[in-house]
Parts: sequence; C-alpha cells; structure tokens
Amino acid sequence: MERVPILKLGDILIISIQIDLEDQSVLALQEDLAEAVVAHSARGVIIDITAVEIVDSFIGRMLATIAAMSRMLDAQTVVVGMRPAVAITLVELGLSLGGVRTALNLEKGVALLDHVRGATP
Amino acid sequence: MTVDADVARRRIEELLRTNEEQILRRWTLITKATPEELTDLYQALNRALDSGGEDLADVRGLLAELSRSRARQGFTPSETSRAVFGLKEALYEVVEEDGGADALRGFIWFSRLIDDLGLFTFETYATAREKIILDQAEQLLELSTPVVKLWEGIVAVPLVGTLDSARTQVVMEKLLQTLVDTGAEHAVIDITGVPAVDTQVAQHLLKAVVAARLMGAECVISGIRPQIAHTIVTLGIEFGDIVTKASLADALAHALRRSGVQVSTPRGTRISVRTEDA
Repeated sequence: MERVPILKLGDILIISIQIDLEDQSVLALQEDLAEAVVAHSARGVIIDITAVEIVDSFIGRMLATIAAMSRMLDAQTVVVGMRPAVAITLVELGLSLGGVRTALNLEKGVALLDHVRGATP
Repeated sequence: MTVDADVARRRIEELLRTNEEQILRRWTLITKATPEELTDLYQALNRALDSGGEDLADVRGLLAELSRSRARQGFTPSETSRAVFGLKEALYEVVEEDGGADALRGFIWFSRLIDDLGLFTFETYATAREKIILDQAEQLLELSTPVVKLWEGIVAVPLVGTLDSARTQVVMEKLLQTLVDTGAEHAVIDITGVPAVDTQVAQHLLKAVVAARLMGAECVISGIRPQIAHTIVTLGIEFGDIVTKASLADALAHALRRSGVQVSTPRGTRISVRTEDA
C-alpha cells in the first residue's frame, strides 16, 4: 500500500496526491492527517489534486471527510488544482463539496489561507 | 434460385454483353451523362454479373463517385438516380427486340437490381449531406462559445442562442479550461443572448457555476432580463447563494470589487472604493 506524504510549510500542511488512491491509502491518509494536524498544531490543510485525473464518489467523500475532520481540529481545508474534467465529474455525481474551500493552484490556496487567518486572528 | 430464373438471368447478361454499344448509346441519350462515366459503370456492372452478381462493391464505388460529382455540379439526387434508372429503359428496347419469355422474366430481375443501385446513389447523397450538416453544427458550436478576458483575473462567457446539454457541456469545458490556463478567479456567465431559460437551462447553468466553484473560481451570472427573472421565479428555480446581476457591467463591477481593484474616473471620483471581505 502506498502512503501519501504530508508536507509541513509553516503552520500549513500540504498533501499532494500523485498516485491512484486505493481505499486503504485513503483511510491511512485520513488517520495520518488527523495526527499530523494535532502534532504540528496546523491551522490549514491544502490538498493538491493537480495530478488526479479520475475521481469517484469515494474520493469526493474523502475530501469532504478530511475537511470536516480538519475543521474539528480548527484547521481550514483548501482543495487546490482540480482539473476541469474532475470538476465536471464531481458535479455530475452530485458532490458539490459544500464546506470545502477551493483554489485554482497551490499558490492561491496558500494566499487564501493567509487571508482567512488575517480576517480571524 | 430456380432453374427458370437462372436461365432468364443468363439471357439478360448475354443481351447486356452482346448489345453493349447500342444500350450504352441509348442510355447516354436518355440520361445526358458523359459517355465515359456510363461506360465505366456499365463495364463494372457486367464484370460484377459475370462473377456471380453478388459482389457489387466496384459498382457501388463508381456510383458513389458519380453521385458525388453530380451533386457538386448541382444535380438533384432525383436526377442522379433517374440517370441510373435510365439503363432499364435502354435495356428494355433490346429485350423488346428479343421478345423471348426468358428475356422478359430476366428483365424483371434486372430492373430490381437497378432499382437498388439507383436508391444507393440517393443514400450516398443523403449521407454526404448529413456529414456536411454535422460538420457545420460542430463548427457552429465552436464559434458560438468564446471565453473573453475582461480584466486580469476576470473572464466572461457571453452566451448567445439556445442552450442545450451539448452546448452547455462545451461551454462548461471551455470555461473551466480557461480558468486553468489563465488562473482567473472570477468568471461571468452572461446570458443576455439566451432567448429563454427553463428548468433545464437553469440546471445546466448551475452545474457550470458549481464546477467552477469546485476549481476555486467564483462565478457570477449576468444579463438576466426582466422577463427571464419572472420566468425563473415562476418556475421556482433556486439559484441558492450564486450571485446574479442584471447586466454585464454590474457583474464586472462586482468581480472587480471582489478582487480588490479600485476604479476611479479622471476627476478622481472613486466608483468602487471598498474591498469586500472574502
């Protein structure tokens, strides 16, 4: 089973998904992330899915679950780099990822988190 | 095939072979086509009949070519198929001279074959036409969905004409791809040119907006005319928290405000002063 690395940048955690996610990897990722958020007392989580070409409802739910989990631990989640085809698929699946913030790329995602923290210090 | 039919058929084939010159001359007279085309066709037909009459690929190929070239010259498909049917008339004169029962019976068989071939030219014509129409529809689709840049970080899609699923799909894909390419964070979908909005069109628009939002861009729908606003409310369509504006100018002002741009007139009067909190 491949594990997704979790990178730390200041008080932001960055997850870049570059493999085809299996169910096991997703579950492991959720656990790792929850631990990492607590360990680093992170204030933001960025999930980069630039390399993800295929999504299903399971991945869609994963994003929502991670966002909800991070919110419980007082960290904002931003999903960045979604491809057009992926966005269309999620809409057709009826998953609008309510409560998850999105940004076009990693740079804008970091800026968004900075902005949010600036507004609520 | 019964023995009688077989004999009749052979008789016709024989007549076709022996009277080639006469039939061809007559056929050319009836159809006004060039003798070369008809000779080629005639010989291909003879060859096909010699080899058992099942393999008509050559004949069909020639017919397709004939049908295409005549369509280019402005002939109607009826005229083209009538040219093929002319062969029956030309052959009939030979059969009449012969007068035998076999020849007459064979003529029925032959005329059925020619009918098929004549209809085939019609089909070729229709297929060619359909292809042209499909190509044009595709080109129209591409022409009618431009994504324009209004400002740094703001793009707009002016929609003109009726929206259906296929078109919305193209618009959506193009808009999302532009968002990726330009890194724009604001998009305006302008529906001033859309003649009518029903539940389906609204559904399509909502999908586009949600997809753009998933990618991290904000979408504003503008150009909602009074009647359309009325229709949307009457139909009970919920646009939820999607921002809608009456005109493209309002939408642009909104997008500028959201991206923190300040606009001022030469005299220094600021139009948009405040940056809204995201």
